[in-house]
Amino acid sequence: MTEPHEPGWADAVRRIGADKDRAAFAEVFRHFAPRVKGFLIKSGANPALAEDCTQDVMATLWRKAQQYDPVRASVATWIFTIARNRRIDALRKERRPEPEDLPWGPEPEPDQTDVLVLQQETLKLGQALRQLPEKQRLLIERAYFGDLSHSEIADETGLPLGTIKSRIRLALDKLRFEMK
Amino acid sequence: MKSMTEIKHHLTDALLMGYAAGALPEAFSLVVATHISLCDDCRVRASAYDALGGSVLDEAPGIALADDSLEATLARIVVKSPEAPVAMRQGILPGPLAGYVGGGPEAVKWRRIAGGVEQAILPTSRRASARLLKIPAGAAVPDHGHRGMELTLVLQGAFRDATDRFGPGDIEIADETLTHTPVAEVGADCICLAATDAPLRFSALLPRLAQPFFRI
Repeated sequence: MTEPHEPGWADAVRRIGADKDRAAFAEVFRHFAPRVKGFLIKSGANPALAEDCTQDVMATLWRKAQQYDPVRASVATWIFTIARNRRIDALRKERRPEPEDLPWGPEPEPDQTDVLVLQQETLKLGQALRQLPEKQRLLIERAYFGDLSHSEIADETGLPLGTIKSRIRLALDKLRFEMK
Repeated sequence: MKSMTEIKHHLTDALLMGYAAGALPEAFSLVVATHISLCDDCRVRASAYDALGGSVLDEAPGIALADDSLEATLARIVVKSPEAPVAMRQGILPGPLAGYVGGGPEAVKWRRIAGGVEQAILPTSRRASARLLKIPAGAAVPDHGHRGMELTLVLQGAFRDATDRFGPGDIEIADETLTHTPVAEVGADCICLAATDAPLRFSALLPRLAQPFFRI
């Protein structure tokens, strides 16, 4: 497969935000929209609702493309947060309180080294997830599909938070440094 | 943010993961979002759990879209949907909380409950409840235990209980195993954001009788 990968996606989202580039949008859509739909169906949405919400999520991506900051999150992470919030709204009928934004927005010309580091660390996180024993990996997936309650997550039975945590710490130490 | 470098009591990994996964009741999410607004450390940890969600999404098997899905989506982008305005910090109320209060500290509708303690219940879904509590300087919240989980985030002043001292930005996470009598420090009234997924359990008879009336 020679699909564009991060940071190719970050550049595509930049083109959507800056130039309203429909070709870039179609590219991002082809890769992510089926995954968003799969995510929503795994989360308990019926196919019609999942399709409807997926279109909403991808339309939100278009509208908010200028707010995407490639130094702070991969495109996959950013789309996940949009899809998760749509799910809470559509399936749970709840509001989702969000933290205050950081006082600064995305840089007009983000440092490409920073972008690359974040994308590489994100790839490694994906690898770490794939390499987990199946039982643990499935449990993490269930948590993110909204299939575990907060008390089930708190019980941590079998959730490899330790493994994930060390990977995550590594990945985000740089970000922590920048936010200080 | 930078003024809150003294934060000692942070969110647990389970709460951060639950928040990232969208598993928390709205009232708990409000406490998490409010703490993250005050704590850069937990903001970083929270973004790590978002990143894990990104990996799960990227690994998810794709499901075939409707034939006209891309065209239908492009049709939606021309329709402007109103964006909910992001609430700004107002005094001791971080943005997410100011949004629920509908303004700054002066907009809070305090109701007296007992022993000079005042509360204001916030409008969240019913899976858990969230309230602001004002404990007069030096006063105690009646001895109580918990059936479920209770999160208490200090916004102003400080309180102590048997476990430790909790100052601005600190969060106390209590469950069935903790029965405590939080006492506000002298000096300033202690204002907290508290959320629980079950009614509190008071040890003394009187507060328990009063409980249904005060919704605590």
